[in-house]
Amino acid sequence: MRITVTVDGTSYTDDVEPRLLLVHYLRDRLGKVGTVVGCDTSNCGACTVHLNGRSVKSCSVLAVQADGAEVTTVEGLATDGALHPVQQAFHDNHALQCGYCTPGMIMSTLDLLSENPDPDDRQVRLGLEGNLCRCTGYQNIVAAAQDAARRLREADATAGGAR
Amino acid sequence: MIPSAFDYVAPTSLDEAVDALVSAGEDAKVIAGGQSLMPVLRLRMAAPTVLVDIGRVPELRGVREDGDELVIGAMTTHHDVAHDPLVREHARLLAEAASTVADPQIRHRGTLGGALAHADPAGDMGAPVMALDGTFVAVGPAGRRSIPAADFFEDYFTTALGADEILAEIRIPKHSGWAAHYEKFNRVAHAWSIVGVAATVAVENGTIAQARVALTNMASVPVRARGVEELLTGRPANADTIREAAEHAAEGTSPIGDGNADVEYRTHLARVLTRRAVTTAAGL
Amino acid sequence: MTSTVDAGTTTPEPEIGKARSRKEDEHLLTGRTKWTDNLVLPGMVHLAILRSPLAHARITNIDVTEARKMPGVIAVYTGADLAEEQGSLPCAWQITPDMKAPPAPALAVDTVNFAGEAVAVVAARSAYEAHDALEGIDVDYDELPVVLDLAAAAREGSDLVHPDLGTNVSATWIFDSAEAGTGGNVEDAIRDAEVVVERTFRQQRLIPAFMEPRSTVVDPTGPQITMWSATQVPHVLKLMLAMSLGIPEHKLRVIAPDVGGGFGGKLQVTPEEVVTLLVARRLGKPAKYTETRSESMAAAHHGRDQIQKLTLAARRDGTVTGLKVELLADMGAYLRLVTSGVPILGAFMFNGIYKFGAYHFSCTNVFTNKVPTDAYRGAGRPEATFAIERIMDELAAELSMDPLELREKNWIRHEEFPFATIAGLTYDSGNYEAATARAKELFDYDALRREQAERRERNDPVQLGIGVSTFTEMCGLAPSRVLGSLAYGAGGWEHASIRMLPTGKVEVVTGASAHGQGHETAFSQIVADRLGIPFEDIEVLHGDTQTAPRGLDTYGSRSLAVGGIAIVAAAEKVVAKARPIAAHLLECAEEDLEFTGGRFQVAGTQKAVALTDVALAVFAAHNLPDGIEPNLDSEATYDPDNFSYPHGTHLCAVEVDTETGWVRIRKYVCVDDIGHVVNPLIVDGQVHGGLAQGIAQALYEEAVHDETGTLLSGSFAEYLLPSSADLPEFTTDRTETPATGNPLGVKGVGEAGTIASTPAVVNSVLDAVRHLGVRDIEMPCTPMRVWHAIESAQGGAR
Repeated sequence: MRITVTVDGTSYTDDVEPRLLLVHYLRDRLGKVGTVVGCDTSNCGACTVHLNGRSVKSCSVLAVQADGAEVTTVEGLATDGALHPVQQAFHDNHALQCGYCTPGMIMSTLDLLSENPDPDDRQVRLGLEGNLCRCTGYQNIVAAAQDAARRLREADATAGGAR
Repeated sequence: MIPSAFDYVAPTSLDEAVDALVSAGEDAKVIAGGQSLMPVLRLRMAAPTVLVDIGRVPELRGVREDGDELVIGAMTTHHDVAHDPLVREHARLLAEAASTVADPQIRHRGTLGGALAHADPAGDMGAPVMALDGTFVAVGPAGRRSIPAADFFEDYFTTALGADEILAEIRIPKHSGWAAHYEKFNRVAHAWSIVGVAATVAVENGTIAQARVALTNMASVPVRARGVEELLTGRPANADTIREAAEHAAEGTSPIGDGNADVEYRTHLARVLTRRAVTTAAGL
Repeated sequence: MTSTVDAGTTTPEPEIGKARSRKEDEHLLTGRTKWTDNLVLPGMVHLAILRSPLAHARITNIDVTEARKMPGVIAVYTGADLAEEQGSLPCAWQITPDMKAPPAPALAVDTVNFAGEAVAVVAARSAYEAHDALEGIDVDYDELPVVLDLAAAAREGSDLVHPDLGTNVSATWIFDSAEAGTGGNVEDAIRDAEVVVERTFRQQRLIPAFMEPRSTVVDPTGPQITMWSATQVPHVLKLMLAMSLGIPEHKLRVIAPDVGGGFGGKLQVTPEEVVTLLVARRLGKPAKYTETRSESMAAAHHGRDQIQKLTLAARRDGTVTGLKVELLADMGAYLRLVTSGVPILGAFMFNGIYKFGAYHFSCTNVFTNKVPTDAYRGAGRPEATFAIERIMDELAAELSMDPLELREKNWIRHEEFPFATIAGLTYDSGNYEAATARAKELFDYDALRREQAERRERNDPVQLGIGVSTFTEMCGLAPSRVLGSLAYGAGGWEHASIRMLPTGKVEVVTGASAHGQGHETAFSQIVADRLGIPFEDIEVLHGDTQTAPRGLDTYGSRSLAVGGIAIVAAAEKVVAKARPIAAHLLECAEEDLEFTGGRFQVAGTQKAVALTDVALAVFAAHNLPDGIEPNLDSEATYDPDNFSYPHGTHLCAVEVDTETGWVRIRKYVCVDDIGHVVNPLIVDGQVHGGLAQGIAQALYEEAVHDETGTLLSGSFAEYLLPSSADLPEFTTDRTETPATGNPLGVKGVGEAGTIASTPAVVNSVLDAVRHLGVRDIEMPCTPMRVWHAIESAQGGAR
């Protein structure tokens, strides 16, 4: 089946098997290895990307279902070599160790903050319940999310509300 | 893991979808949000030869009012059900339960109709729809038919839907202004419900004017706790009423035992959680 | 080239101790990662492995004809095909001379001995086609009796996992203080005791569950066979592959690229790595195998799994006098790399931080029809700490003593260090008093005890429990001689080399093998301080046996305590080599030179030359003293004298909902002492992550099998890892009692959080409900178990 998907701003057209998982399309066909597979029961969230602006687990979406859609992966966040505020917050707060869960964690954090720009500790923790991490114990991830929230609100304020 | 190979069609109208399902035959499966189906396919617990994707049928999405009913398109996501102002106003219980399903990513893709049609006894959405006396509208080659919630769930992963039928919408009688709470008990936040209790009440002048209660994972299908409802209706909204009523929570249930809960514990949980669900719903 | 000191130049502030954010992050944050599964090589084939659904069976026939015909399939191999080449997977620890170990083929040949054991392998043009072809393989099995129960397996007359061995017992290992000369006879102590507490505890089987599934790529086409693998032990792996497959060691190169967590679970020589190598070599093409999570749960080694019987002898005033430990340890079906030795590592820690007069430890290693156990965060020491910290709480309860008071009565006092323990170790330093006092303060201990009393008084359905864990552990694995005395197959040294580049940049090569621990950052900090080179100008290389040929990899909290010290030693050699050259360049005597801030300065003058300038001068070699090699590069191999003994006091407060058995951690405080700290961010991160895993053992995780030996908890849907929503915020703090055995004064920290937290949590749950008559709750303390425990204790009268 022929599909056309825009990924991180670039449009790709490919012939794919219907059963090809979106995460495998990204990794194996497009070479976007930033998005990874961590499980086979859609629990771990390591494969999280944005599909038409909302976080989804790309292991549980078929590439054919993404035909005509816009996908953002972790590789589409940094602009002109500068880290996105969420990425920067993760770095500054030591919110990653091995880094395997990190792209998914970042994409989920972004989604959370787009819906709730000022989450408290509990809201962050619930907002990230779909992303498992085995290294960090989550504490620094929660701190990073709230730090990122603050940076995004400040950037928003500076930009006069236009983002 | 990787699913077995299948053919795939993505109809753009309900009629087209029904036709596709009919012509695909026995080994076809409908895919909605895919959040229940994809793990099944990836683990090769099912190997359909054709997937009929109803995700591009516009009339299957969205929430609207139709007189004294809410009409929720089957492809409406859990996220949208949880946030929709009409649902929150007229079927609060549904919104409460939808916000507890799995995790945010799954709620963005998973749909109300898909979850209900999948009929996992541990799925959270069946009990609220039961409690709200919902009606399931199925569309097939013979046309549309309405299935009351009580008749929809037949067994584990088995509903009254025919193999050539698509669940198109769920109709919920308006319960405008009713308070609601879905009490979900699981071991970790992203885990399936061990037991869930859906409770919604209309409290007037300190009296429980009306109550609806249904249970998740206390049988192979969601169970309406009519015994509890009877002992709540018309009674003062206080702890004693609720405690007495909740003692009857396990009536009509046939819970299974598993690693998370044996039968004795599950039954006990049903009573405790029913008491808590109704208490919270009643604002006490 | 010499230079004088610029007027405004100051010595930079020390790097060691700085909360530096990590060099490793940039590529991990932006998806420019190098996971093994990312690798694509020309002509590469993809492998899929067929695994036994049965836990114990004879393979009577394997028919691969259909599979061979399926689309994209290039080859299919069975155990019979690979039998001669594959040898036996190595076990590096023959704990006793008579230890029994069955042959351990990578692909099962005649028999399968655990559900999930590899039986055949498909090589195809794509991963999807390889998986499809598995369905084309037909295997006939003759079922054999399945041995699952650990206690039953150890008994005479049990069905046998390996009939050829004639027993399920692999080995029995004993330590006795009277025999070892470290103390008295434990039976005497028990007989003479005023109080004897006997308990049996169960260490449930756990799954390491690193987030990155294991993956291996082998390229056989070069002059060397190159293997990339998601491993935490590239050096060990290379050596073991050479030895067990008969491949000349110099023809093998192993690379650990980015590795997504290990926790001991990737400390292994795996069937999958061997199979990938053999298939690649046969086909003459690169081959990749990446496991699915379901495969990982069933076939990657598990952790823990012990039955522990403890007898604690004490006086009525709470002084402990003797400890007897009898363990049964579940090996699973085979002995993998260090399967046999994991319980033994714990043997030295059951006495914990306490002074005992007598100690006896015996461990019987037993085979069952399950996947083998092996190292998992703490490897033997969490098991030991759990047991002693649990039984100390039991003793406290029996004597109606405050559990912290009981510990203080028995622990080694600060002024008694260094202390030779009953188990034969010498703890170098510690300050249990300071850590405990600080922990109590942060925890608000007295206030929580008051609240607990109030809740008990009014029979509140939500009860409060306080759990204590005062731990120490032996890490920084390990002094080679000790390993030798324990019959472990390798040593415990670590290697570092430092290369001084002409432009003033530095390359540090370490034999440690990071998989999330931030070595590149921490080691850069050490070198920055020792050589006075800016942090950014240092590159740390690791993980590739071609780049870092010498090393013993990362596990056992050794990378800083051993690897970091090797780096310090190498740095000192660099400075020592540079000194005469600096003196020559500055035309002064060596003794007149001070080396600070990266500069050799003539004492009392402004004449100085930077180390980096010496490096350039060495490169040019135009003006060096006679007889000096034009090379500052240095290496060092460090073999520690002793283990490293971090310690800490962990306090956990839980709310137990007695109506449902639900446990919520209200507060978790830990004060850990890991000696001097190189990077507090990294240390905190290790503690947080360690706590999460230890808490998960206490409350959530268990590898469960059904009666046929099938793993029921075979995915993340059933094997419950906590998410962010399930864990509390941790309050962490530190005291700093330097290690006395190394120049940095550092101790290991990687496993400490896990070791300490499990008993802290379980103790708190029991503390919450002991007054209701509950004696014990098996881990994990699920709501159902907690509720049933309360129900039984109350006689069902509720």
